[in-house]
Amino acid sequence: MNRPDGRRFDELRDIEAKAGIIKRADGSASFKIGDTIAYAAVYGPRNLYPKFLQNPEKGVLRCSYNMMPFSGSGERIRPGSSRRSKEISLVTQKALLPAINLNEFPNSVIDIFIEFPQTDAGSRCAGICAVSIALAEAGIPMKELVAAVAVGLVNGEVAVDLSKEEEDLGGAVDIPIAVTTRSGKISLLQMDGMIKAEDIKKGVALGKKACQKIFEIQKKALKEKYNTQ
Amino acid sequence: MYNNLKLHIINCLNENIRFDGRKNDEHRKITVEYGISKSAEGSARVKIGNTEVIVGVKTEIGTPYPDKPGEGTIMVGAELTPLSNPDFENGPPSIQAIELARVIDRGLRESEAMDFKQLCIKEGEKVWLLLIDICTVNDEGNLFDASSLAALAALKDMHFPAFDGEKIDYKKKSEKKLELKEEPLSVTVYKIGEKYVIDPTNEEEVFVDSRLTVAATSDGTICALQKGGDSALTEEDIDAMIDLSIKKTQELRKHL
Amino acid sequence: MSLLIKDKDIVVPGEELAKGIEYSSGYGTYKDKEGIVASKLGLVNIRDKEISLVPLSGRYMPQRDDVIIGQIEDISFSGWRVDTGSAYSAMLSVRDATSEYINKGADLTRFYDLGDYIVTKILNVTSQKLIDLTMKGPGLRKLVGGRIIEVNAHKVPRIIGKAGSMVSLIKEHTNCKITVGQNGLIWIDGSPADELVAVNTIRKIEREAHISGLTDKIKAYLEECCKKNE
Repeated sequence: MNRPDGRRFDELRDIEAKAGIIKRADGSASFKIGDTIAYAAVYGPRNLYPKFLQNPEKGVLRCSYNMMPFSGSGERIRPGSSRRSKEISLVTQKALLPAINLNEFPNSVIDIFIEFPQTDAGSRCAGICAVSIALAEAGIPMKELVAAVAVGLVNGEVAVDLSKEEEDLGGAVDIPIAVTTRSGKISLLQMDGMIKAEDIKKGVALGKKACQKIFEIQKKALKEKYNTQ
Repeated sequence: MYNNLKLHIINCLNENIRFDGRKNDEHRKITVEYGISKSAEGSARVKIGNTEVIVGVKTEIGTPYPDKPGEGTIMVGAELTPLSNPDFENGPPSIQAIELARVIDRGLRESEAMDFKQLCIKEGEKVWLLLIDICTVNDEGNLFDASSLAALAALKDMHFPAFDGEKIDYKKKSEKKLELKEEPLSVTVYKIGEKYVIDPTNEEEVFVDSRLTVAATSDGTICALQKGGDSALTEEDIDAMIDLSIKKTQELRKHL
Repeated sequence: MSLLIKDKDIVVPGEELAKGIEYSSGYGTYKDKEGIVASKLGLVNIRDKEISLVPLSGRYMPQRDDVIIGQIEDISFSGWRVDTGSAYSAMLSVRDATSEYINKGADLTRFYDLGDYIVTKILNVTSQKLIDLTMKGPGLRKLVGGRIIEVNAHKVPRIIGKAGSMVSLIKEHTNCKITVGQNGLIWIDGSPADELVAVNTIRKIEREAHISGLTDKIKAYLEECCKKNE
């Protein structure tokens, strides 16, 4: 059985990544995978108010995930945060924490904002990929970049980077994964659907490989910004 | 030091050389891109210098207002995203966002840019609602002009989605476009000291005493006005600012 | 050869720089089981057997002895709180503010008022990032007139140049007074046309700081601009 768009099961959609797209931010990036486009901006380290939120031992990482009202595949999305966007903001923050060194910034905050002008599944993963580039561009010390992709079941086979069309198929399973690309560990793992344990293992392995490919693209985006000047 | 800096800026304005070398009445480089979001029924991205705004139009079926049973309508919202400016925060729309949305709304509505009757599906029961959302991506000043241009461009880009009489199929776009009878655009004229300034950067906006947003149709008929800022304007100011604004909106139209 | 990159390469966090134990890890890098890895976006700098990085970006981190341009953001009984352009505010206490004797209860705004920009020196930074400033020292003063621009703090050494050679070049060609703060804030005072040339030159240096042959390029650029203005 094939995939609806003819891709191989281990093939990612086309990716375009760019660093430094939002000039006012300390770091920023866009990450387009298939028809999902994520914009990320990093502000920080900066002052954190109110004071009780401050951590005297290290900096605080604050993430916000938001879809623009016209970015969904159906009706307009009411602006403002939802339970879904709050949860995604949380798991995004957890996905990035293992890679970032916050010890240099006690009592301050690094704010991350992710917005989407257009989505076609895999948005939280695209967001994480964009944010990693933005954090590096902002000069934040990181042990490694974090890449993310959704793996899952398409027509009974384990596949990488599901599109919305594939997510909507009967029996589809959606597993977003984030990988710390140097140490090869998993910092985000969620799942939606019904699946056998061995397929999860296959999916995670596929996801890790795909994330290494994404890391090469993230690297290129950062270097390109400085080489074209 | 604020006063010092302000004197310094006014000095520059007096010589018609602003901090970035522009003349007082010059816009930065403007680009307009259509159809930048496949998820939206219509969309556009406008860049004025580094200021970047995206507008998306979504459609919905709704019931008409009881006093206008044969007409659909528009709704304009604005999000000053924290992405675009370190001083913007997440949360309910700030008063700046609300003002921006309502001023753009009035420009579109009062100009009768579109005949709302074309949005009627079944009189008294079903009408199209056009939901226009302005999202800022990078704020380096003059969100008003960028939003006005982007909103109009997004409406020009719009195709109605496939509709079978009962449900909208958002995945398919129909051939039907929105008919625009007028193309209202606004240019905001800012006053710093005694000088009129067009398209201030975010650095210059700090020193603005007052501003006048003028929306006009392509024949120069004014369809909306909004005065902002802490200081008051004289009648001469208003005359001069309206004239300057209309001259500039005609120039802006070239970018559509 | 265990080196995987060369001097002046641009590298990203997580990128492997060298394998094995031949090299030691300097600023902006760390060692893991396999070798030396970059921990920032930066330019590779190999000296003797140490690999370090010159960061290409990042907000300013206050350091002792830095001379910065700060802005007064609050005034209390004991002194002034100063915005340093970083995540951390600094304190300028009354006793470090001036060589004059200040009476208890005196009006502190006479010396430095809210919003004033000052050229000040960092006396000390604690581990909790509490910062003390002084105004006693050569060149430290309140700034009057002119305008302030912000550049990336990491580009400041390039903008100043060896022994101040780059910034002197700009001052000569533009007749502007220029003071560069280590925190990336730069004060410029001159005629509008001259200031514009100074600002454009500084922005050019900021963009191309990591490219070699910059001094000659800037000399040529300044000469072009001055010809235009005559």
